[in-house]
Amino acid sequence: MEQQVTDQSKNYKVIGSRPVRHDGEDKVTGRAQYGADVSFRDQLWGAVLRSPHAHAKIKSIDTSAALAMPGVKAIITGADMPKLDDKTTRSVEGIENQRYMVERVMAGDKALFKGHPIAAVAATDRFLAEEAANAIKVEYEVLPAVINPVDALKPDAPLVLGEISSVTLGEKSRKETNLVSQTRFEQGNVDEAFSTAEIIVEREFDTKTVHQGYIEPHNATALYRSDGQVTIWTSTQGGFPNREGTAAILQVPLSKVKVVPMEIGGGFGGKIPVYLEPVAAVLSRATGHPVKLIMSRADEFQSSGPASSTHIKVKVGAKKDGTLVAADSQLVYEGGCYPNVYAATGAMCIYSPYKLENARVDAFDVLTNTPKVAAYRAPSAPQAMFAMESCLDEIAQQLEMDPLEFRLMNAVDEGDRRVDGMKFPRIGFKETLQAAMNSDHYKSAPPSGPCQGRGTSVGFWFNAGMSSSATVAMNLDGTASVVTGSVDIGGQRASLAMIAAEVLGLRADEVRPSVADTDSVGHTDVTGGSRTTYATGTAVHKAAEAVKAELFKRAAKLWDVPVEEVVFDDGAFHHKGASKGDDIKPMTTRQLGQKLARTGGPVSASASVNANRGVGAGFGVHIADVEVDPETGKTTILRYTAVQDVGTAIHPSYVEGQIQGGVVQGIGWALNEEYVHDDQGRMVNTGFLDYRMPTMYDVPNIETIIVEVPNPGHPFGVRGVGETPIVPPLGTIHNAIARATGVRLRSLPMSPPKVVKALQEQGVAAQLVAAST
Amino acid sequence: MKPLEFSAPSSLDEAIKAIAGGGGEVGILAGGTDLIIQMRSGRRRVGQMVDIKKIPELNVLSYDGSKGLRLGAAVACDTLGAYAPAKQHYPALVEGAELIGSTQIQSRASVGGNVCNGSPAADTICALIALEATCVVQGPDGKREIPAKDFMTGPGQTALKPGELLVEFQVPPPAANSSSGYLRFIPRNEMDIAVVSAAAAITLDAGKQTCTAAHIVLGAAAPTPLLVEAAGKALVGTSLDAAALEAAAEASRAAAKPITDMRGTVEYRKHMAGVLTKRAIAMALQRAKGG
Amino acid sequence: MATKNIVTAVVNGNETTMMVDNRMSLLDALRESAGLTGAKEGCLSGDCGACSVIVNGKLVDSCLVMAREVEGATIETVEGMARGAALHPLQQQFLDKAALQCGICTPGFLVAAKALLEKNPDPSDEEIRYWLAGNLCRCTGYDKILQAVKGAAAEMRTSK
Repeated sequence: MEQQVTDQSKNYKVIGSRPVRHDGEDKVTGRAQYGADVSFRDQLWGAVLRSPHAHAKIKSIDTSAALAMPGVKAIITGADMPKLDDKTTRSVEGIENQRYMVERVMAGDKALFKGHPIAAVAATDRFLAEEAANAIKVEYEVLPAVINPVDALKPDAPLVLGEISSVTLGEKSRKETNLVSQTRFEQGNVDEAFSTAEIIVEREFDTKTVHQGYIEPHNATALYRSDGQVTIWTSTQGGFPNREGTAAILQVPLSKVKVVPMEIGGGFGGKIPVYLEPVAAVLSRATGHPVKLIMSRADEFQSSGPASSTHIKVKVGAKKDGTLVAADSQLVYEGGCYPNVYAATGAMCIYSPYKLENARVDAFDVLTNTPKVAAYRAPSAPQAMFAMESCLDEIAQQLEMDPLEFRLMNAVDEGDRRVDGMKFPRIGFKETLQAAMNSDHYKSAPPSGPCQGRGTSVGFWFNAGMSSSATVAMNLDGTASVVTGSVDIGGQRASLAMIAAEVLGLRADEVRPSVADTDSVGHTDVTGGSRTTYATGTAVHKAAEAVKAELFKRAAKLWDVPVEEVVFDDGAFHHKGASKGDDIKPMTTRQLGQKLARTGGPVSASASVNANRGVGAGFGVHIADVEVDPETGKTTILRYTAVQDVGTAIHPSYVEGQIQGGVVQGIGWALNEEYVHDDQGRMVNTGFLDYRMPTMYDVPNIETIIVEVPNPGHPFGVRGVGETPIVPPLGTIHNAIARATGVRLRSLPMSPPKVVKALQEQGVAAQLVAAST
Repeated sequence: MKPLEFSAPSSLDEAIKAIAGGGGEVGILAGGTDLIIQMRSGRRRVGQMVDIKKIPELNVLSYDGSKGLRLGAAVACDTLGAYAPAKQHYPALVEGAELIGSTQIQSRASVGGNVCNGSPAADTICALIALEATCVVQGPDGKREIPAKDFMTGPGQTALKPGELLVEFQVPPPAANSSSGYLRFIPRNEMDIAVVSAAAAITLDAGKQTCTAAHIVLGAAAPTPLLVEAAGKALVGTSLDAAALEAAAEASRAAAKPITDMRGTVEYRKHMAGVLTKRAIAMALQRAKGG
Repeated sequence: MATKNIVTAVVNGNETTMMVDNRMSLLDALRESAGLTGAKEGCLSGDCGACSVIVNGKLVDSCLVMAREVEGATIETVEGMARGAALHPLQQQFLDKAALQCGICTPGFLVAAKALLEKNPDPSDEEIRYWLAGNLCRCTGYDKILQAVKGAAAEMRTSK
């Protein structure tokens, strides 16, 4: 049932409606072109040989047998990649060491994770490329590997990058270590505040590595011409960051590289880094032909960046009346084999929903012999907030308080300061909590059967701003086009068209949105961080307003009146003023748009924005009813409701869809998804059979309740939507299982064997089984 | 994958000749839902693929009250599932077959392929053993019969000799007042390989009160599917009450010799062997009583 | 040099001739030889359903069918669902109900749902979810897909 969303008082004409997306027909007919659908008459197929070991010295690579196979046109290894200095540079994922950037896509003298690319082949057909890759003989000296970040911090742990010394609280250490960095946020006096607490909960948690699980594997086709110009067709979350990442590795100017972002089959953060593009480009340079590379599903799991496994300690103190007084947490994150930026974001989020004047959090980025972690939808927040929300639920239980009332009592509001120092502008957390408490789901009686229970949890993401560009142009018939560089992952282009349509007084279907390549529009940062509708929408808005300003002038010219006497109302331009009579007929945008040629020529405008100020954070509150089978340990979700403040829902269907999608990813993370490694540190479940993502038969309907507390930083009040939804499910389901069984599983995933074991260890298994039969 | 020869013989003799000439790298293609995956991952190197779906003997599907069920090795699971006599008389077998994979897999996967893949986690082998099926096999040296309980000899291994082809299963007609049930445990609701599974075939006396025969078979609990004779013995002569079921479950737990792998631990599999034994018996009992 | 063979099948009502290497799957043949890129490669192991097509009336994962098997077969892909310019009710419902976000799983779901409705024109929610368990979606959480299939089923029942 469609919820009536969007503040009716705003009188929006287009915003809040649900038009069919402009790219929809091509997607339901199979016409839409994704990266793997690109094909050139003279293309070669690539195949990558990857390390079977989690940590090894590469002693030699013998490509002679492979090169001798007819149809094999080129083979490259680390020796063929550009040699970059050991210095840091800005990249799409923060500051990176240049040498690491190259070695991540093609190993240097060591394999640092199972799946690390060792060599790549270009051949005339795909089967031949794989056969040739398998014919490359590599001599390895296997080294001890470390997978778990806690193990990696032990003094005798194998060193992943021998030369790393850590930055701890601002000071560089002399000792080689796997600890890349410790980030601390602190406010107030935590230890003193704990002494005033009347109830303290202190717990440890661990979570396993999980993958974004996009259905379309990474792919790239590259053409490196003899004049040095490179074109890349790829599945990426941003053409510009992809170009920057690839050009940095190839050591060519950006003006020589064109990236064409094809339709993308899911990303969730995992398609921000480059993997195949530089390899395809180097193979293309070696052969003079376009080279196409597609990752297999096994390659995806063992070689692309997942989300960190973690070990988390949380200590929370409160008064007996429920007021939170102090919190102190240590978040240890698996970083993969190179330094990354994502440990700190968990620390930015963990306490964010709550008023905590005295709080401290330390986040540790730790090297491991696994792929460098990549973003996964609110990176690092789900793990951290799961741990915090479990502790808070325990406190609420001990105090016999309603868990949502308890949170409302401690909820942040405008003007409160986050532990990392940012002050909240207008936010909608309290409204979201209230909407959850007023929901049908929450007002209904919790399930009361044996082993049934209800859980709630909260989620937060600060949302990103970053930079975007857009061009809005009027067509000769008065319709318009919107060109942006924002890759459309989930229907954003429709929302961007709707924003332009709202400004210009057109219908959504009268505005044609397109996703441009890097030649065709100004710099635009990734589609990620829940920033597209917000930031690119701001750029679109700005450009549309500039177009409209010009339209006002054209109307004035046509009517021969001062421009101040032209007004726009109810989708049309009117004359309102003393200089002429009242008999000037209004013109719709369409009508005015057809007269532009004779009033001065075509009208278009571009805008580039850096939208970091004015970002609106998104809060979510989820409710789940579950039933646990105490004999098998299997959890069934009976009912699930997700409530979220989205600011303004431009296209409510896609807002609901983002929420539902994030919820189901969170359910998978909570119940079944995990990387399994053997005792040599090699991932063994590298396919969808044993990396168990929820199927349609595993989840119930996901009810969504959209709350709109408009973000004052955006012309239409937009807040980012996409990431917050994945955060609450971990805590929600954990809390529901705790309420259903009396047992808290502080280790994710809460898979059936772990549930059975926990019930047995807590001594409740027998009575729960008896009660269920 | 190395270059591949492909043939689709339309007679059993042609197929056996093709397999014999294949030099040990022959892949026999029914539904391909195991073979193609294994070829792609490099687990199997196949130089010659023989599609057996055109062979009439491998597509037989018939039932009569005196001979029982004849199920050709190439018959797809969804075809078996739609065959009413199989559903009626051998529910455990149909249950197992219909649990293999998704709808898409059901259209292709065959019971024959499921069994020839040699995995003790196969969804059909437990029911075949519990129902005392026979595997009819043919090769260059002629025809022979292998009891289902002897067909799988180790993980990924079967009793087939080089050049032999599984032709059909023969399942004896069910005794009066008997029925069967199969279930498996998987972490999701679909799409997974069994962590542990159990089939139960139960026969009751004329009054439908006392158990006169019982076969309990565990899957994914040992290197091969496990016929737990002690569990069956624990049920015979009883009214299949809670105590009898617990005795059978205990026998299953004791007999199970599972490993720890990415799908389950030894402890969990032993525990579940007991749980599923009871649940499979309950299914079979309810059906045998006419429920 | 691996030899190629000719396979002729009826694809979406048209006799289609494809040159195939024996190692190619039906998915490879459709995408590379017949130019029909609607069916997608997601896992190549029959676990995601993105390659779903209908062969001789049965819903299959085309990544697990060898190209050489379909000589003389009748094949239906997503490209054949619309009737000329008129979208199939499932396609229209997916658009109207926003049952796709990135769209990569959509062709597979459409073909699988079509096969379901041809067999069972009035499926329950449970039956829909069970039938489509072999099609993975990571974007939508499946909710709107269910609504779209139900909507199409209702529409198709009344228009008969």
